[in-house]
Amino acid sequence: MRRDHALEILKQHITDELVVAVYQSCFDWLAINPRDLNYVGVGAMGQASSHGLGLALANPDRSVIVFDGDGSLLMNLGSLVTIGQAAPKNLHHFVFVNGVYEVNGSHPIPGKDKVDFAAIARGAGYRNAVTFNDLDAFRRDLGAFLTEPGPMLAAMHIAPGDPYPRDYDFIHSREAHNRFRTALMRS
Amino acid sequence: MGSALDSVAADAQCIYPSGAAMIAQIKQAGIRHIISVPDIVTSDGLLWPIARDPDFTLVRVCKEDEGVSICAAMSYNKTRALLLMQQTGLMDSLNAIRAIGMDYRLPVCMMVGLQGKEPHLPPDQSQSYGVRIVEPVLAAMALSHNLIESPEDVSSIAGHIDTAYRDSVPHCFLVGRSPESP
Repeated sequence: MRRDHALEILKQHITDELVVAVYQSCFDWLAINPRDLNYVGVGAMGQASSHGLGLALANPDRSVIVFDGDGSLLMNLGSLVTIGQAAPKNLHHFVFVNGVYEVNGSHPIPGKDKVDFAAIARGAGYRNAVTFNDLDAFRRDLGAFLTEPGPMLAAMHIAPGDPYPRDYDFIHSREAHNRFRTALMRS
Repeated sequence: MGSALDSVAADAQCIYPSGAAMIAQIKQAGIRHIISVPDIVTSDGLLWPIARDPDFTLVRVCKEDEGVSICAAMSYNKTRALLLMQQTGLMDSLNAIRAIGMDYRLPVCMMVGLQGKEPHLPPDQSQSYGVRIVEPVLAAMALSHNLIESPEDVSSIAGHIDTAYRDSVPHCFLVGRSPESP
């Protein structure tokens, strides 16, 4: 399953959701679905899930979707427990699992081929967590997954897709953050 | 030996800030979300009363840098939050504060207990290395901060929080003496 193909399917389900995305998932998403309600500046590696929780708690009537990375989430595994405890119904967490630190030289993550993120999320108190390895199954089951109350996690076992440009200046820019703020306050 | 006894005597003469007054200031600033990893300096005077106060939503996090991100994300729709932690957690979260608070200019407000600080000494004269370095580190980061030690320090809390949100910058309160329990 290619990451960009999975994101194309996700795009079909996105309307006014708040989308937090990191690193290559973010760069892919910005190319596939540029929109002002993309939250692209998490600042420090590993923090996507915590930003997602903050958005979910402050915006309980909005749906929040996080596109995380496996290496990123390993830096902040405790956030799964925090999210499990806070139990935001409006948070759906996708972890793109490719087993490497893709934007940092593609070195393997610790536990590559061993870590079961869905099992960890369930053990941390998420309402449920599933694993997707196959694009057809993902296409078939995504709608039902997103209608389940959160917190929900999907571990997406993916291969890289097309080489989308890595525009770090944009994701860290005041412009990107202000666009999100303006769109959030307007909608 | 004599100096240790002198310190005990000096500590006993210190006047401590009121936890109730600090909580009133936090409420006055419009904060209803508290994000925290427990800290022994503020445990009895702030965190336990906040945990029992129905006006607050308390989010217990596993690690302090989670709280930096939560507070920052909440600020996008003007929801105000306060991260309550110990200086060890502050030190552990410096990269998140640097990136999210300072580089992004987001209003992350932090209240930090200085564990190990002698109540009668200012932080820069503490015997504890971990305490002595806190203010210089914050100064090096150009991160706005002020010390909460005596009752008269408390009345500035709401104003500092208002300023942080108005100017969209972080602020750090350093709690140098354990607040008295309400």
